[in-house]
Amino acid sequence: MRLPPNVSATDYAKALAEFAQAIGGEWVFTSDVDLDLYRDAFSPFLNEPEEKIASGALAPVSTEQVQQIVRIANKYRIPLYPISTGRNLGYGGSAPAYSGSVVLDLKRMNRIIDVNEQHAFALVEPGVSYFDLYRHIQEHKLKVWIDCPDPGWGSVMGNALDRGGGYTSANYRNHFDSHCGMEIVLPDGELLRTGMGAIPNAQTWQQYKSGCGPWIDGIFSQSNYGIVTKMGFWLMPEPEAYLRCTVSVPRYQDLMPLVEILNFIENSRITSGFPDLESPLLGYPPVGQVQLWNETGPPKMSAEHLKLMSGTKLGFSPDIEAYGARSGIPYWRLWLSFHGPEEVIQAQWHAAQRHFARIAGAKFAVVDHVKLPVDAHQATQYHEPEFGVPSLRAFSIGARTPWNPTPSKGHMWFSPIIPRTGEAIIEANRVFSEAAKSLGMPLFTTFTLPACFWERSFIFILATPVTEDPKTNKRYREGFKNLIEVGGEHGWGEYRTAPVFQKSVMDVYSFNNHALQRFHATLKDAIDPNGILSAGRYDIWPKHLRGKS
Amino acid sequence: MSARKVSGALAAALLVLDGACAAAQADTVAPRYAPGRAVYEKWCAACHDPGIIHPGTHALMTKYPGGSRASGSITAWTDLPATYVAFMVRHGMSVMAPFRKTEISDSELAALAAYLSRNTPGS
Repeated sequence: MRLPPNVSATDYAKALAEFAQAIGGEWVFTSDVDLDLYRDAFSPFLNEPEEKIASGALAPVSTEQVQQIVRIANKYRIPLYPISTGRNLGYGGSAPAYSGSVVLDLKRMNRIIDVNEQHAFALVEPGVSYFDLYRHIQEHKLKVWIDCPDPGWGSVMGNALDRGGGYTSANYRNHFDSHCGMEIVLPDGELLRTGMGAIPNAQTWQQYKSGCGPWIDGIFSQSNYGIVTKMGFWLMPEPEAYLRCTVSVPRYQDLMPLVEILNFIENSRITSGFPDLESPLLGYPPVGQVQLWNETGPPKMSAEHLKLMSGTKLGFSPDIEAYGARSGIPYWRLWLSFHGPEEVIQAQWHAAQRHFARIAGAKFAVVDHVKLPVDAHQATQYHEPEFGVPSLRAFSIGARTPWNPTPSKGHMWFSPIIPRTGEAIIEANRVFSEAAKSLGMPLFTTFTLPACFWERSFIFILATPVTEDPKTNKRYREGFKNLIEVGGEHGWGEYRTAPVFQKSVMDVYSFNNHALQRFHATLKDAIDPNGILSAGRYDIWPKHLRGKS
Repeated sequence: MSARKVSGALAAALLVLDGACAAAQADTVAPRYAPGRAVYEKWCAACHDPGIIHPGTHALMTKYPGGSRASGSITAWTDLPATYVAFMVRHGMSVMAPFRKTEISDSELAALAAYLSRNTPGS
């Protein structure tokens, strides 16, 4: 039997017996066969000694059981690592940040406690996936949309707590921002409700976020200060119609005003759907069509076009620009989407065109005009998450296709945040492409465009492959850390990362001699003095392990 | 890629999809396989239903061109032993991660394996 670090066999046996009494023996996992299911399937330490593994796993079904487990863990100093659905692939999966921890698998806590159509919110437990919530809404014919990321089997709560994003309207795309109210089991087993939920018999727990006094919800995301057992989310009322349009511009320098105008019309709410950048001339797809390119193959390009592409520097050459002009291939294309009543979205698109018309040669097109609702089958004609429909099509990334005959074993997401300007896109390409080339990393090759999940910044989300070759994985791991450092030197940081890179990422957030990290440690010592919860998550360590792991 | 070309590519993908739906509707199973089919629908269909919009199916179509596995659709295969299904669910393959027992229990896995191997002689 595996043992958690710094726990005697006797104490672990006693703890397991008490865990079994609390939750039932069948939900206490200790065999190697069962625990291997908690390995991070996309670990860049695949089959290497440094791979982080679990010593045990516990699967409670209720908040009360979570409280009991936490109290037992305190008694025997058992390190716990809660997961929700454990499908955080590319960001750590179901494996603990501190190897040897006992995973607290919350998948069985899968109740959809409420979906309120009138006030457009949901209250869910950790094990509820986007598929579960979507199916529930469809079965009950509720006229609300969820906002989901690409992998639909993820936890609604877990994705928000890891600060993930989606594809519908700006108000909902930032999943942590769109939450309203939490219930949390603290590391000592105490139960806490945030926001208006702190009022007994609260009437507006999912309708007003902050309650009164310090608003503490943020410290329970990307952290280890508590186990969130219920969480509310605002949902979008089902819109009447959807319009997807493009703005195409001919010149390299048009990227700057294209982004500037996008920012204005998005911050003014002239558009609120997911904006998406593409370069037809450089063969770079919009995020929403990556799956389509994986399914049907990248667009065919002439030999001349491919040769010109390979001759660009930072995505530019006068020759390719001239080629684009004479071939009618835009340098850049911005995809815009609008949700709402017909007359409103038409007016929004009209206003958007008026703003973009100041770019000479800008061309406009309506690509999709959809009367809503659409069902899950109809949504397959599009990028489903832009219609609030969960899917797993994004797993075409890295999977075997005619265009990718050698599938990967997974990927780790390199995802730095940069300013929302055209200049920053070019500068980030300059910095990261030089670094990636010198490190032998398969990133930032010809030219890379960021995604527009967040309203006020860009984010690159790039899949670094995990292979079956340890030497290649080692090179990619080291390269990944190096890219994090290079980004930090330029004032850019990751928005989220897998445990193996969390120290590197948090080291970038070092203002005033790491004041933020020191504050995290102060909180950890106050809230979790025995250090039982998710040691090492986002490099927050309990006192007895600080500086040692 | 122009918007028009995107639409063309989509149309091609949808032709595959439409065929897949027709096949799914025609696919009825004996009542004893219904529990396994429910597990498949919940956990597997999003990647393994027929058509290239399902990445598991597309991967298998690419891996096994021609022959009885060419559809890539595991619900239609006739050489899929129950033991192999169980192994794949618990071990994964390529970008398919394994499934934990809190997701697919041992009894659900047995039902799933029985459903997927129902057309396989000897299973």
